[in-house]
Amino acid sequence: MIKTDALIIGAGPTGLFTAHQLKLIGLDCEIVDNLDKIGGQCIELYPDKPIYDIPAVPECTGEQLTNNLINQLKPFDIKFHLNERVEEVKKNNGLWKVKTNKGTEFNTPNIIIAGGVGSFEPRKFAPKECEKYENISIFYSVKNKSIFKGKTVSIFGGGDSALDWAVELSKDSKVNLIHRRDEFRGAQSTLNQVLELEKNGKINLYTKYQLNKINGDEKLENIDILHDNKETKNLKTDYVLGFFGLIMQLGPIANWGLNLDKKTINVDTEKFETNQKGIYAVGDICTYPGKLKLILSGFHEGALAARACFKLARPNEKYRFEFTTTSTKLLKRLGKKE
Amino acid sequence: MAKITYIENNGKSHTIDVENGLTVMEGAVQNDIPGIDADCGGGMACATCHVYVKEDWFNKIPSKTQGEDDMLDQAYEPKSLSRLSCQITVSDDLDGLVVNLPEKQV
Repeated sequence: MIKTDALIIGAGPTGLFTAHQLKLIGLDCEIVDNLDKIGGQCIELYPDKPIYDIPAVPECTGEQLTNNLINQLKPFDIKFHLNERVEEVKKNNGLWKVKTNKGTEFNTPNIIIAGGVGSFEPRKFAPKECEKYENISIFYSVKNKSIFKGKTVSIFGGGDSALDWAVELSKDSKVNLIHRRDEFRGAQSTLNQVLELEKNGKINLYTKYQLNKINGDEKLENIDILHDNKETKNLKTDYVLGFFGLIMQLGPIANWGLNLDKKTINVDTEKFETNQKGIYAVGDICTYPGKLKLILSGFHEGALAARACFKLARPNEKYRFEFTTTSTKLLKRLGKKE
Repeated sequence: MAKITYIENNGKSHTIDVENGLTVMEGAVQNDIPGIDADCGGGMACATCHVYVKEDWFNKIPSKTQGEDDMLDQAYEPKSLSRLSCQITVSDDLDGLVVNLPEKQV
């Protein structure tokens, strides 16, 4: 069980600057993010796109912004838990007990949700029956490829994951590769390999087809795929893999008893606290009258939420506002003074 | 200015005037039409402003931009008439355009 003054959920720009503010005022914090890297949407969605409305930064890309924020955190020691998603939040003796999907547990008076538009989750198949076979016969990522040995695997998608796995699994499995159009967005070199394997009968390629229906009992037995021209084909298959990229969903946050407004969380504008004491929401995921979904708003919200955390983390101390230009205490924390 | 009709998946129809220069996505979001999320704000970085363009309009509107089909691969139930509404810029020529919204975006 990790004890910390504040737990931040989300390592995007807002989460990073909130960590800076917490450390600056003398609180410790840890950050959990579902992605495998720091930066959130800025890195996952638009690393190369220029941003023009960060105060005092006329132009920077999502990647540059992230790197600058990471640099700004250098004086501080902050533990990141990447590739982890917070699943459970429970009240425990006046503190919050938090558990991730990997079993990491935190005990903290403060949780700051800086989750953007939610966590990135794989896009799933549309037919409802697919849920029944999820993680049995239908997968959205490969954890143990040995289960596919000697079996028939139908792979859906047109990006790198779909092409890479089609090539890899064709060594020991019968592979069907199905994509909704003729063009693939994956690397040309992998596509060439796929086309070569198709010629040699190692991969069956079906383009302009999509999954229409799945059939089976306990286990998946066969699937119907539908062509743009409405023609259907039935394929016998043991496994189905779907690689349609990532979408953003609120995920488990929806189950924590917070007041929600569509995909956002209602907060006050003094502490950016939710209806639960000690749980705050900042950045794109929070909403209040006049809310702007700008990165600069996230910075402001994080700074105020951090001050609110101080009260719960240090109930017997008084918080004093200080400037980094003049405060010896802050300059020491920043490593600028002995 | 163009009159654009958005038809929700449940059949509810909304016809609104959208100014030239805005996108079909912006027309929906600014008029609180449910069914278009536009999570990324129009950067063609997600696929949550996905619409089905009415067949007789599909070839009359500006064609798909580079990379749009790559994003549509990641949409919910993409079909041959699928477009990202953030990539359709409104002009007088689009007066009368009808788009159908998918069952959901995510």
